[in-house]
Amino acid sequence: MHELSIVMGIIKIAEDHARAADAAAIDEIELDIGTMSGIDMDSMEFAWTQAIKGTMLNDCVRKINSITAKAKCLDCDTEFEIKNYYDACPVCGEHLIDIVQGKELMVRSLLVS
Amino acid sequence: MCATCGCSSDGKTTYYLVDKDQPHSHDHSHPHDHVHPHDHGHTHDHPHASEKKIIDVEQDVLHQNNLLAERNRGYFDAKNILALNLVSSPGSGKTSLLERTLKDLKGELEFAVIEGDQQTNNDADRIFATGTKVTQINTGKGCHLDAHMILHAMQGLKPKDNSVLFIENVGNLVCPAMFDLGEKERVVIISVTEGDDKPLKYPDMFHSSTLCIINKTDLLPYVPFDIEKAKANAKKVNHHLDIIEVSCTTGDGLPLWYNWLKSKVMQPEAV
Ligand SMILES: Nc1nc2c(ncn2[C@@H]2O[C@H](COP(=O)(O)OP(=O)(O)O)[C@@H](O)[C@H]2O)c(=O)[nH]1
Ligand SMILES: [Mg+2]
Ligand SMILES: [Zn+2]
Ligand SMILES: [Zn+2]
Ligand SMILES: [Zn+2]
Ligand SMILES: [Zn+2]
Ligand SMILES: [Zn+2]
Repeated sequence: MHELSIVMGIIKIAEDHARAADAAAIDEIELDIGTMSGIDMDSMEFAWTQAIKGTMLNDCVRKINSITAKAKCLDCDTEFEIKNYYDACPVCGEHLIDIVQGKELMVRSLLVS
Repeated sequence: MCATCGCSSDGKTTYYLVDKDQPHSHDHSHPHDHVHPHDHGHTHDHPHASEKKIIDVEQDVLHQNNLLAERNRGYFDAKNILALNLVSSPGSGKTSLLERTLKDLKGELEFAVIEGDQQTNNDADRIFATGTKVTQINTGKGCHLDAHMILHAMQGLKPKDNSVLFIENVGNLVCPAMFDLGEKERVVIISVTEGDDKPLKYPDMFHSSTLCIINKTDLLPYVPFDIEKAKANAKKVNHHLDIIEVSCTTGDGLPLWYNWLKSKVMQPEAV
């Protein structure tokens, strides 16, 4: 359940920034989460409802930008969407690929009042 | 609770430096007199009360851990310490590999060990029996080590310059993958009593490691583990991965691991 650590991290970042802006509450939070960030969305959901209680995010609307993972084939340079690290290049069938996006785990913005 | 580590929300993390004169467990109640670095790269303007406003945060959620990991990494670099993060499922043989290594390379290399478990000092006691400096971290409910815990463990352990620091992570192939401890190399261990599809089931760990050790090869005749398939699966997930097959029981293959280890130890510059 590292999702709980992650949610606690999100709350800390959000509250630090909201307080620095003299805000009383966080109304909206926008997160970027890559499909290969290692976050299980069901566990995240569960951890979220538990962890935000009594924080500035108590009544917060959460917006998640899901970022589809993409890899680049080192043999033929094709860029393609992947679901797993072991997906092969759809053009040449090689497994020599490097992830170019999809590992994101970021607090993008807040709407505070 | 420690603000940087959410997962020990009720059970608190404890640190225990095994001490030959007087084995005792001290329960740091985690004094926070040091300030962990945290720079905000934004400007603060003055909002009017109850006015809504947007704040651009753009901060990585693991930012705090990553900052502390870089701080640990700087410490290791300055002292020319080779820090290795050992990860595996429970029971794959992390502690056994360390026991063998510490005995076999005694006199050749200087070692220190950090043991991570949810409960007990058993593993630290096994390491201490080899004559090696060791600190046990008990994470309570926490299922992984993080950079912050390593920072505190180091305060008592004080590994020597030019030494090898082994960090045995909590037995778990899932979340330790996300937490950089400041290590130079991450070593993932699987044993032949596990499935040969383990790299496919826990790809993050295999993707983020540089070496995979396949342990318990002495049991190959008795289990349906296809070692070539396991290796192919691991390579599919991470084409950079080195793979070494060993048996900590018979000692088979250990010289390959020792050579790998020695190749990673940087010689201090001659003055
Ligand atoms: N047969 C066999 N058993 C081993 C080997 N290495 C470790 N074990 C056994 O596996 C069990 C778990 O080992 P341990 O080192 O505690 O695993 P850890 O949880 O990863 O630290 C112990 O009973 C060890 O004796 C090996 O190479 N062969
Ligand atoms: Mg162990
Ligand atoms: Zn290709
Ligand atoms: Zn690569
Ligand atoms: Zn933690
Ligand atoms: Zn601290
Ligand atoms: Zn964890």
